[in-house]
Amino acid sequence: MDTDDETLALAAAGGDRAAFAALVNRHYDRIYGLGWRLTGSAADAQDLAQEICAALPAKLRGWRAEAKFTTWLYRVVVNAAADMRRRGATRARAADGWGDWEISRQEMIAEERERLAWLEGAMARLSPELRETVALVLGEEMTQAEAAQVLGLSEGTVAWRMSEVKKRLRRIAEGEAAE
Amino acid sequence: MTDELDMLKAALRGGLPPAQDAARLAALSAALDNFDQLQENEPAPRSSQVHPRKAGWLTGAKAMMTRLSSARILAATTSAAALAVALVAVAPALRQDAPLSPPLPSLPRSEPVAAQTPDPAPAPMAAQAPAAAPAKPAEALSDMAMEEPMAAEEPMVLMEQAPAFAEPMARRAALPQTEAAAPEMADTESFANAPANPVRLVQEDPVSTFSVDVDTAAYSLIRRFLQAGEWPDPAAVRIEEMVNYFPYAYPQPTGSDPFRADVTVFPTPWNDGTRLVRIGLQGRLPEVADRPPLNLVFLVDTSGSMDAPDKLPLLKQALRLVLPQLRAGDQVALVAYAGSAGVVLEPTAASETAAISAALDRLAAGGGTAGAEGLTLAYQQAALMAAPGEVSRVLLATDGDFNLGISDPAELETFIARQREGGTYLSVLGFGRGNLDDATMQALAQAGNGMASYIDTAQEARKVLVDQLSGALFPLADDVKLQVEWNPAKVAEYRLIGYETRALAREDFNNDRVDAGEIGAGHQVTALYEITPQGSAARLTDPLRYGAAPEGQVPADASDELGFLKLRWKAPGQADSQLIATPILDGTAAPDAEARFAAAIAGFGQLLTGGQYLNGWGWDQAIALAEGARGDDPFGYRVEAVNLMRLAASLPR
Repeated sequence: MDTDDETLALAAAGGDRAAFAALVNRHYDRIYGLGWRLTGSAADAQDLAQEICAALPAKLRGWRAEAKFTTWLYRVVVNAAADMRRRGATRARAADGWGDWEISRQEMIAEERERLAWLEGAMARLSPELRETVALVLGEEMTQAEAAQVLGLSEGTVAWRMSEVKKRLRRIAEGEAAE
Repeated sequence: MTDELDMLKAALRGGLPPAQDAARLAALSAALDNFDQLQENEPAPRSSQVHPRKAGWLTGAKAMMTRLSSARILAATTSAAALAVALVAVAPALRQDAPLSPPLPSLPRSEPVAAQTPDPAPAPMAAQAPAAAPAKPAEALSDMAMEEPMAAEEPMVLMEQAPAFAEPMARRAALPQTEAAAPEMADTESFANAPANPVRLVQEDPVSTFSVDVDTAAYSLIRRFLQAGEWPDPAAVRIEEMVNYFPYAYPQPTGSDPFRADVTVFPTPWNDGTRLVRIGLQGRLPEVADRPPLNLVFLVDTSGSMDAPDKLPLLKQALRLVLPQLRAGDQVALVAYAGSAGVVLEPTAASETAAISAALDRLAAGGGTAGAEGLTLAYQQAALMAAPGEVSRVLLATDGDFNLGISDPAELETFIARQREGGTYLSVLGFGRGNLDDATMQALAQAGNGMASYIDTAQEARKVLVDQLSGALFPLADDVKLQVEWNPAKVAEYRLIGYETRALAREDFNNDRVDAGEIGAGHQVTALYEITPQGSAARLTDPLRYGAAPEGQVPADASDELGFLKLRWKAPGQADSQLIATPILDGTAAPDAEARFAAAIAGFGQLLTGGQYLNGWGWDQAIALAEGARGDDPFGYRVEAVNLMRLAASLPR
């Protein structure tokens, strides 16, 4: 288990099946977790994780160890989730995710679901770009530099996005207080 | 107030619902499947030596399974099923402990498991695939334990029957067909792509036994390959399915018999010294007016991969084609699995076309989750509709996702077979190319007494679902087996063309417990033997100098017979079989167009697979023969075949 991701990924790209199995097994939860933070639906996250896992063998071929494996993988997940969102936009199915918030909030009376409801509400009000940033920085506990690398943005952009998130959350909080 | 971000962070990190084991397994399995596929497409296989470690035990078991050509074993390669079975086979003990979450592949090899595995041949698979199933643990174990010999713990039969499996698990190219799979050892096991039937000596082996096959999937698959400008994989060429794809004008059965056998003997197009024996079975055409009410459950794969123009949309189109053929007493239900799983349409009278059409519109492909319980749901719906005297059938439409909620392929087949005994049959409709697992389709349809069809165009959908609706949906006779005994005084050698995967042992013919193919209303089954008469110059073997002692006296009045055809069949749902027997007499009449066309297609199939018995007879001759035997051909099936042959002839070898 001590073999690092990068070595495994290189071996897998070179055709080592065991290395590939180990790699996918090790990172499934990471893929699924970020998937959930991006989509807001366990079902979508599982679909997404399967899609990504299935595409990994081909994608790994292009992996040249230029970045940390997890950074590369996060980028794959973010892109796949964006693809899924775009596909979903043409279908009603998108309503299952964070966007479902308004409907489900009505049904959410139970106290313990309050926090989740707040999360859904907050996420639903963020643009996809802000959501991606939040999922990486807060959800995956990345530094802004790491997140910037995953998203292919400058660190400054990530910092700006996070302050934007903060502003919007505050506005939501104020709105709720005013209600 | 920075608390908003903290709150968001806490919610994002704390709210994560755990991933389901089934989804995780499906994902990992999909990853490995694709990994293997990618490796196979590699021009020169890369060595696993890149990495210092040997392949893990799961690697061995999984790779093994992808390579085995047995239909029943191949059934296991379907995503999650593969992982589950490989684990069951290697370490049966795990099965009880954690059926849903077997340990996942990890690098450190788990030697202790191997050492503690007392029973290398778990019962469910072993019963059905004696040669192959035990080989799995053997290989996996020897792989896992590096060079440590494990032979002492393996059943003897394993070493005898599957010598090829004993060699270490390197990244071998496609597994060559071992002798273990040859028809000499044939039992009821079927192989999706067994080697071509060899020439047999009547002296040594006068009896030939096989099960009927009404599947036609191989032909559509070959067509798809050729139309894409690719040479089809010889393993995908099942000649009997090609021949049986076409309708033939055979005489209708008379009296109360459900079908009639028509035998014609004529000169072989590709060999002057031999003759072809064509056995044509014609199932009784249904009395369309008073057919029993029909209960159809469409079990539709809605995994993400079905989201392609030649898959879900084509399927919807196909199902819409069926609707007008249904009548007021018929019922339809719709169940989705593997994407958005669940009952899409509760049992609905076929006359409510608007409701059914709306339900079809609701079918959308998406995701790739394990939509478990699909099969159970489908059978539940069938049970809801069932009534005495009615016919129930589940039609499984998929592009290769057999993640039906039962992950053990043996269990899956048993489940389908049990439902079959309960009166609900299963047919499989395959869509798309790529991850379509044709062997699994075959295995499941066989277990469900149904047809496996491959649908690639709207035209094909019409053929399968509309023209043959009656045949595919109304069983006439179950477990139909054919046996031909050749007369050694007349015939020196014989060769059954095709039916390699349907070979039966001689003694199984009279054993009513041995399962065989089904014939539906209006179905036709065609089988071709190439025989070498005694004294023919075309004989491939030398006659024995001392001859052989005759087993019994040849009946005096049978001296003109080439052979004797026996047919066993059961009325649907009955346990005991009935026998039809008819002598095969040498014919002098010129073959009709039906026989010539069947011969041309048999030649087509042999050309695709090497044509070792064709003596240089080639595409031009095959095309000319088929073209001259087009007959009535109202739907243009035969013209299309001629065009395909032209296409194949033009492809570089």
